[in-house]
Amino acid sequence: MVIYGVYIVSKSGGLIYNYDHNIPKVETEKSFSFPLDLKLQYENKKVIVAFGQRDGINVGHVLQSVNGSPVIGRSTEDGRDVFDLIEVKENYPLSLRFGRARATTNEKIVLASMFYPLFALASQLSPVPKSSGIESLTADTFKLSCFQTLTGVKFIVVTDPNMQGAELVLKRIYEIYSDYALKNPFYSLEMPIRCELFDTSLHTLLELVEKSGTANL
Amino acid sequence: MTIYNMYIFDRYGTLLYYGEWNRTKQAGMSREEEGKLMYGMLFSIKSFVAKISPLDPKDGFLHYKTSKYTLHCLETASGLKFVMNTDNQAQGVRDLLKKIYGEIFVKYAIRNPLWNVGQPINSELFKNKLDAFVKQTPIHAVRAS
Repeated sequence: MVIYGVYIVSKSGGLIYNYDHNIPKVETEKSFSFPLDLKLQYENKKVIVAFGQRDGINVGHVLQSVNGSPVIGRSTEDGRDVFDLIEVKENYPLSLRFGRARATTNEKIVLASMFYPLFALASQLSPVPKSSGIESLTADTFKLSCFQTLTGVKFIVVTDPNMQGAELVLKRIYEIYSDYALKNPFYSLEMPIRCELFDTSLHTLLELVEKSGTANL
Repeated sequence: MTIYNMYIFDRYGTLLYYGEWNRTKQAGMSREEEGKLMYGMLFSIKSFVAKISPLDPKDGFLHYKTSKYTLHCLETASGLKFVMNTDNQAQGVRDLLKKIYGEIFVKYAIRNPLWNVGQPINSELFKNKLDAFVKQTPIHAVRAS
């Protein structure tokens, strides 16, 4: 039972809560010799692999450090440009660390609002009458389960593909939301949830599910 | 268990083929428009999945489920998309789609000299073979019995 993250989307499609529970780090550090057999590219303020694949380094991975010094934007800590660095033969062997980029808060907000039309389209394109929107979406690396309340708030958990009983977890999160967010006099609807009690109860719930499964929820 | 309908798209989003079996609700738009909407949704799902996935995805999106139906998607290396809507009990639809790709699509569309890549499939033979294939599958049969 692995839960990767929890998202709560308000009825207008905005992300009002996000918690990354247990996202595995995908990182590979390798020593390279000249010439570099990966094609790098600068995109969205990150140096990413545009072409080439080896030893767990895939297209889309971000260059995190060169010889142990972290890469910020397109330059290393001491201000040297990464692209100049990898062109020069004398700098080799170079030890480069690549990893899968984590979604930033902004990207998560975009993702949350992206789910909204998908949910609506799924019910519009239904081959049978009166279908709901997406309740669960499975890919080879994860399963996303979604529960929409009558008021239109969506609770989303991203779990391991073999996870069973995600609906129960979602119902419990809904309970926590109504107890600690909605009943909080300082919480206003549709706004990001910043309630300490909500946070702690949610963390307790997720830890409980990870330890003993969904059987005793 | 039952199969509702099926779409085949090429990599540019052209609806190559549409077939339906037990569909009870139409989308309320022309087939062409519906195809575009469906492809648009799959395209967004693909990028959504790539971004939200905690690990590097290989096959990417497999299927999604609503309260009434399940949509299964198989994307081939060449970008063809085989999409099938079934009810929520259906099992092994991905293998079925692989079979449709290998045994029907390759045999009766790709090897058909009259079919041009990127054009909708009008071949009667393809339609008949696909119908026969779908109707003999266990997923489809249970409803009929």
